[in-house]
Amino acid sequence: MVTRFLWQGMTRNLRLFVLLVLAVGILVPLSNLLLPADSAFRMPSWAVQLVGKYLCYASLALAVDLVWGFCGILTLGHAAFFALGGYCMGMYLMRQIGTRGVYGNPVLPDFMVFLNYKELPWFWHGFDSFWFAAPMIVLVPSVLALALGWFAFRSRVTGVYLSIITQAMTFALLLAFFRNDMGLGGNNGMTDFKDILGYSVQSDTTRAVLCFVSALALAIFLVISAAIVGSRFGKALTAVRDAESRMRFLGYRVERYKLFVFVLSAAMAGVAGALYVPQVGIINPSEFSPGNSIEAVLWVAVGGRGTLIGPVIGAFIVNFGKTWLTGALPEVWLFALGALFIVVTLLLPKGVVGLWNQFVNRSRERRARAAA
Amino acid sequence: MLLHRPLSVLLSVLASLALAGTALAADLTALVGNLTSGGLSERAAAITALAASGEERAVPILEALAAGQLYTRNSDKLAVIGKVDGNRLALSEAISGKSAGSAVDADLERVRVNNRLRGVIEAAVGSLTLMSPNPRIRAEAADSLFTRRDATALAALDEALAAEKDPRIKRSMSEARAAIVLGSDAPASQKLAAIALVRDRADRDSLGILMTVAAASDGEVKTAAATAAASIEQSLAAWQMAQNIWYGISLGSVLLLAAIGLAITFGTMGVINMAHGEMVMLGAYTTFVVQDVIRTSAPHLFDVSLVIALPLAFVVSGAIGILIERTIIRFLYGRPLDTLLATWGLSLVLQQAVRSIFGSSNREVGAPSWMSGAFQLGQLNITYGRLWIVVFALIVFASLILLLRKTPLGLYMRAVTQNRPMAAAVGIRTPRVDALTFGLGSGIAGLAGVALSQIDNVSPNLGQGYIIDSFMVVVFGGVGNLFGTLIGALTLGVVNKFLEPYAGAVLGKILVLVFIIMFIQRRPRGLFALKGRSVE
Repeated sequence: MVTRFLWQGMTRNLRLFVLLVLAVGILVPLSNLLLPADSAFRMPSWAVQLVGKYLCYASLALAVDLVWGFCGILTLGHAAFFALGGYCMGMYLMRQIGTRGVYGNPVLPDFMVFLNYKELPWFWHGFDSFWFAAPMIVLVPSVLALALGWFAFRSRVTGVYLSIITQAMTFALLLAFFRNDMGLGGNNGMTDFKDILGYSVQSDTTRAVLCFVSALALAIFLVISAAIVGSRFGKALTAVRDAESRMRFLGYRVERYKLFVFVLSAAMAGVAGALYVPQVGIINPSEFSPGNSIEAVLWVAVGGRGTLIGPVIGAFIVNFGKTWLTGALPEVWLFALGALFIVVTLLLPKGVVGLWNQFVNRSRERRARAAA
Repeated sequence: MLLHRPLSVLLSVLASLALAGTALAADLTALVGNLTSGGLSERAAAITALAASGEERAVPILEALAAGQLYTRNSDKLAVIGKVDGNRLALSEAISGKSAGSAVDADLERVRVNNRLRGVIEAAVGSLTLMSPNPRIRAEAADSLFTRRDATALAALDEALAAEKDPRIKRSMSEARAAIVLGSDAPASQKLAAIALVRDRADRDSLGILMTVAAASDGEVKTAAATAAASIEQSLAAWQMAQNIWYGISLGSVLLLAAIGLAITFGTMGVINMAHGEMVMLGAYTTFVVQDVIRTSAPHLFDVSLVIALPLAFVVSGAIGILIERTIIRFLYGRPLDTLLATWGLSLVLQQAVRSIFGSSNREVGAPSWMSGAFQLGQLNITYGRLWIVVFALIVFASLILLLRKTPLGLYMRAVTQNRPMAAAVGIRTPRVDALTFGLGSGIAGLAGVALSQIDNVSPNLGQGYIIDSFMVVVFGGVGNLFGTLIGALTLGVVNKFLEPYAGAVLGKILVLVFIIMFIQRRPRGLFALKGRSVE
């Protein structure tokens, strides 16, 4: 019944899109593993890693879209939830290194030995087990989102004020994680990971599986988001976005709607971050920098806010452009990114998907006119 | 003030030259000649004689002698001071101080001293400087005696004390004397008087002296020293507090400068200008360019470079601000979140543009002479640079208030802030006011950039460091209220500096951020919210 509910929440286009995401998640890794090295269709290992990374970004974009596009909360701190999920995963991966670190300490990660820690800080306990780390990946970002959202939405902090608060939050976390005293690796963060669940993070098979899992996670998030957005609850969310005061006067507990979707979105961002870390092999405080959060908002804006497909497409377009431009013309990248912000907000408020819809509608009208 | 200091030195040198005349110089040559010839035993007498001459120029000679840098040149028996310069010694004539070429060790003979002679030299230098006609040298000598507590100088000090006319120098001399007495085995009554004198000085050095006295002696002296030390500790704590407040005000004025332009654009127009920090950066780079031009073409203008840079920075940042408003922001009114994104993009473009033109490394912006140095106010250490920035921030703030209250533009701006449709209805051209307001806010950011170039690295990232802080200040103080911004900036500055000693700089900053996040929950419209009836 639940599956039917989830399936019916989706439009035909979205169903196709979810299948496309899954197809990418299956075919890209498989082509890398199965096809011979000289085949034209074989994806090289770095491309698999890159696609896996983009899929994680797409999940983050979807999370941002859920709160911004559908509920009107412009969060400038979602990269913080992403990074927190990543740090939880990083802590698990650090504990898996065991005696293979440079200092060979069975309990303490290298950076702690280096910083003269005598024993493991209390919050590191339990992270040696994946089954402890996995719920933490969801819980830590959710609890932070719950705390921040509960205070902020209840006292009706809205609009740009909320944006500024979330930005201050991620900035404070950035400063905090830079401190060596945090016991989380200071400005170097965590890296040199060896295993995940007993498999080497360097091997092609693990990478292929991680890429697939990222696609699966994105597909699941898409299905969940569609179910929420399509439900009565989702209609209320959109109404909150468009006329918050009116909803309140009508008797809706606006803050509950916002809080629910904010926490859910933070959890999604956390999972995305956790899948991101083993694929890129490092997590450090720069993930918290306010610029990252704003960039995630840009992905949504480019793809099309208030649509579910948009953020995924936006994340792929912008990040592909970034990978290509930072390699080919590094000085141009920031110009391009900045111009993209301006152009999208001025000329493309509905993003690429909006442009596509406009095009489709127009050609449909033309056909209808031609038929008549 | 610019010319005053070198002029007064020059005048005093001229005066002393004229007074001393050639006769004294000849005397000095003879005395120095005695110093360099003869054996170790005669040298002590020569030193004392030199000291008795009261000749100021003998001080560097004696100091060089103590340091083993006084030589006679083998070729002409001239007394020279040699400083190591690579493999050779750079020479200067001992008496005139004129450069005398360079030489290797073999060409020179060092004038030897031993430890006993070093003691004699120290006393001689002490009495020479204590008796110097230049009041500054006398004051410095007294201060250095206070910290050294050199018992051999007691006699010279007593003599100087009797001759001294300036009450302030006299006071520091008697404090130095008291410090020496406390270190000696003088009778208790003398020590008690000395303790009273040292206590009134009330700085860190006197606290140290009193603590050692309290630890080393017993009876009446011990208790007196202990209570005196306690009272000094108390006053030092108060001074420390004052110093923290000063640092806080100084930081607050920096925040005020960075935030005040934002307060205008955000408050009046509801525009979130994420590129505000870049306007500050442009101001700083304008300063750099101005100084660069001055360095190459008119070095004598360097001291007024900042004054020249101020209007230019205002114009540069203001013009770019108006350009931004006309080309981007005016299409986004009523969509604050989109404005935020577009201006963020703009900030990236501006940063990269500056990086492409000037390079990504820090640019050197020098401080004019009237901004360097520091002075002591009680136990407060105040640098001129910081003082000027505080003054500048207040001037900018005051002129902005005047502009808003007393000019037609200010009137229009306030009208638009309070009720945009009504202002438009009575005939105010709101788009024009918007453009000017945005230009004004950006121009003030440019002014802030000139000031910040003095205390921060001038790099393309300069603005990024201030943007979040500025938003915090504006939101904390209350949007649309300049006095709120002033109070917000100063409060945050002082709170930050008070947290720093306990929590460290980074943690202090984090705590302030968390505090503001909590504060906005309580008062979503800031400390001093504009009163109005509009909903959202």
